[in-house]
Amino acid sequence: MVKTDQTKAKLKQIGIKLAKDIGAGKNPTLDVPIRALSNVAYDPKTKLIMLGDKTAKRFFFNVAHVRKFVQTVEVAATAKELLDVDKHLSLREVFYRINRTLPGTNINIVDEQEESNKAIEDLELITNASREQLHINANKMGSVVGKVVIKDKGDLVDWSKLGSGGWAIPSNVEDIEFVKVNAKFIIYMEKAAEWERLHEDKVWEKLNCIIMCSQGQATRGVRRLLQRMHIEHKLPIYVLVDGDPWGVYIYSVLKYGSISLAHISERLAIPGARFLGLSADDVEKYDLKRHIIKFEDVDKARLEQISKYEWFKNNKEWQRQFDMWRKLGGKVELAALSSKGISFISDKYIPDKIRNKEFLD
Amino acid sequence: MAKTDSVKTAETMAGALREISVAEFFEKNRHLLGFDNPAKALLTVVKEAVDNSIDACEEARILPDIVVIVKEPREVFRITDESGVEIGMITKVGDKLELRIGDETAKFIEKKEPRKTESVYIFEHGDNTYKFRVMKKEIKKENGTPAISEVYEFVRGRTELRISKQPADRFSIIVEDNGPGIVKEHIPRVFGKLLYGSKFMGGKQSRGQQGIGISASVLYSQLTAGKPAIIHSRTAANKPVYMYHLRIDTTKNEPIIVEEKSFKEPPPLDGQKPVMTEHGVRFEVEVEGKWIQRYHSVEEYIKQTAISNPYANITFVKPDGEICKFERVTKELPPLPKSIKPHPHGVEMGALERMLKLTDSRTLAGFLSNDFSRIGPGTAMQICKLSNLKPSLKPKDVDHEQLERLWRTLQSFAFMKPPMDCLSPMGEERMIEGLKKEYKLDFVTAVSRSPAVYRGMPFLIEVGVGYGGELKDNEPAKILRFANRVPLLYQAASCATTKAVQKIDWRHYGLDVSGNMPIGPAIIAIHMASVWIPYISEAKEAIAPYPVIVKEIKLALQDCMRKLQRYISGKRQREVAAQRASLFEKYIPEVAEAISKISDVPKEKLQTGLVNILKKGQIIFEDEKAEDENGTKPVQTALAKKSEE
Repeated sequence: MVKTDQTKAKLKQIGIKLAKDIGAGKNPTLDVPIRALSNVAYDPKTKLIMLGDKTAKRFFFNVAHVRKFVQTVEVAATAKELLDVDKHLSLREVFYRINRTLPGTNINIVDEQEESNKAIEDLELITNASREQLHINANKMGSVVGKVVIKDKGDLVDWSKLGSGGWAIPSNVEDIEFVKVNAKFIIYMEKAAEWERLHEDKVWEKLNCIIMCSQGQATRGVRRLLQRMHIEHKLPIYVLVDGDPWGVYIYSVLKYGSISLAHISERLAIPGARFLGLSADDVEKYDLKRHIIKFEDVDKARLEQISKYEWFKNNKEWQRQFDMWRKLGGKVELAALSSKGISFISDKYIPDKIRNKEFLD
Repeated sequence: MAKTDSVKTAETMAGALREISVAEFFEKNRHLLGFDNPAKALLTVVKEAVDNSIDACEEARILPDIVVIVKEPREVFRITDESGVEIGMITKVGDKLELRIGDETAKFIEKKEPRKTESVYIFEHGDNTYKFRVMKKEIKKENGTPAISEVYEFVRGRTELRISKQPADRFSIIVEDNGPGIVKEHIPRVFGKLLYGSKFMGGKQSRGQQGIGISASVLYSQLTAGKPAIIHSRTAANKPVYMYHLRIDTTKNEPIIVEEKSFKEPPPLDGQKPVMTEHGVRFEVEVEGKWIQRYHSVEEYIKQTAISNPYANITFVKPDGEICKFERVTKELPPLPKSIKPHPHGVEMGALERMLKLTDSRTLAGFLSNDFSRIGPGTAMQICKLSNLKPSLKPKDVDHEQLERLWRTLQSFAFMKPPMDCLSPMGEERMIEGLKKEYKLDFVTAVSRSPAVYRGMPFLIEVGVGYGGELKDNEPAKILRFANRVPLLYQAASCATTKAVQKIDWRHYGLDVSGNMPIGPAIIAIHMASVWIPYISEAKEAIAPYPVIVKEIKLALQDCMRKLQRYISGKRQREVAAQRASLFEKYIPEVAEAISKISDVPKEKLQTGLVNILKKGQIIFEDEKAEDENGTKPVQTALAKKSEE
């Protein structure tokens, strides 16, 4: 409750500041920390992508700013309301909540959810409170299974007894209590299909681990949950993604954080995460060459971009990987491993890799 | 060469030689004088009379009050049956009607007026009764002004026949002014003799130049309508109004006085208030003519005259009875131009010969220094020397060969430019006033150039440009041409003004172009003031395109257009600003509500505060995207913009 009061106070503080601007006949402004490559830096010590202290002034009476200014203020008003009545809204619901047409025009406050999402992220930066603290939730987009018992809103949940779907990870995992954790490590994978494969093969039971996935880029709830378990229970995190630049990027975000969420890197990033696969070496080792899907131009460009990231730039092992991918000239999906046998990934690939400590840092 | 049967001798040919009458000359050369077709002739008559009136007023330093009435002296209706066979005619003169059936005149029985807007005329002829019904209806004209339109019906017994009004082919023209009037003795010659007047070789800027126009109108009237011209004149309030009915003796070119009268007060002026209450002239003729609309119309001429003479009050009554008033907007008359002696560069050999014959000077040197501007005694001696002529030579004794030598020297010698005080420009302000008063415009500007010289004649170009307002976007820009304040309506294509207009790259100034002419919501008025306007023909319809004249016009146009361009770009900015301001206006209630929710400050207070800020105009214009993508840039630009404002 203390936290909620703090958030409320911050919101009010912003409102008072704007009202003062207006009272003084000044163009009302919001100071928004800049979320751009130019204002984030990789801190080699903490191994995190951190937000710089540059801020941009967002004016109301500015043709280029007015729309975003109004969106931000609208989102703030919505958050204030949510905090006051102690309810939550999803991102989508917030979009609908603030969306309306200006009377006498064809201008909508927001046209796409993307806009309200951005405004919410900006509000996080301005208030230094997370989305969850503002009572705005993302969609549940992740599953987990393993020998873990947690307490969520008073309910005890045993992750190993939830059938084929596992436990759906909520967007806000702050208040979850770990009652019992019986696992040696966590495997996080990019795709639900692989997770289902591993679940069906009872990998979590056989290897005594936790398997977790979201769809594509890891959601905040998933990242926060991974981070908490990594810190609170010292569980190593292994990342299993497709063998392509996009997969590497997912790993990179999990480990170091992202530009757009640089302001909460400390609460999301897991510098200790390891890359399990699929590596360029695996292509040779498991004879997957015939499953290579040729790179498109965008893939090549992305590969070059990623290879120049500060945290990969001086990493010899990773540079060797990137060179190999360049030579291979294409990507290989995890699903390609099924060509070796239905449960090849569960019975052979993962156990071997873990046993031989074949992962990249 | 074919052999002819009878060889004409000089004697037989001499027998055929005779003096050609002015009437014959006029008939053969009417196109030169502006009478080539009925529409143009009607305009020329009005124009000559109005130009004379304004000239006279200006010279007498009187603010002109002018009444122009054009009316149909008679109306003709044609009656036909179903198959279009003509049955009869109605002629209406004033309130009198005559119905002719075949060759016979029907008997008028009575006139009934069942209601105010309806008159019925009843006739009898043979066994039939004829009814002619005239109904007045209120209509709206194209420009939205209400007007009265008449509807006609014609019935024989109970059969309705077709009746149609014939387009008028005759017009009465009355022009009255409050000018100084003309002394009684001069009236017959001024109006009844061609090439008589004070203006010929006057060396002074004026509207008329040769003293041919008004008497040509009288002659035209006589030849086409067969009626005398009626002139009223009064020179002072305590003097009578003299009236003359005049004809021209076409063989002798002398006036014939048909009737002569005097009145204490001016007779009624066809329903209008006479303006010659103290002094002035009324000129009235009936001519063959055609009433047309738009470009070459009398109405257009009067409107343009009102623009170029904003110190004149003009009342114009059209044939349909509509009264147009062009009000005076300034009481300032243009300065009276001074007379100048000819500049040596502007004199043709023939004119030089005539001047030598007519001069009072007894020596060639005296002639040169007395009769020309910019030739002093010293220069005169120099000219004589250069021409290898004795300064003491008598001007009348100069022979042809000597004349030619003298003329060549005069042409090649570098004289000072002619004096410029002989010019009376409209002035930038009067030009702007004039345009503003006849057109609703968003922006008007004008440029008066300094005087320049063509062939020894000083001249001056002025250009006025109006933009926006009632002018349409996709139509050719309207171009008004004036020479010594007289609108020029015909022969635009060969005029110096048009040549100059075509030399401008209008796109450069934000207008479209079609066939080298500007398209867009602009009106361009070009005025040339000069002691002698080099017209292409005696009809005074177009200015001859001397390169220096075209160049001066072009420079004036460019100057004006630069000003307009600044206005247009400013206007676009203002429009964008207004659009943006309205955008903020729309956002204010929303943002006030939201901030009120966060801050618990009442919404109304925030809303008023924001509206006040908007009124102060603290709006920042900036490219989209600037904020998030380029890190530090937006901070700088936003602050920079702020400090600018």
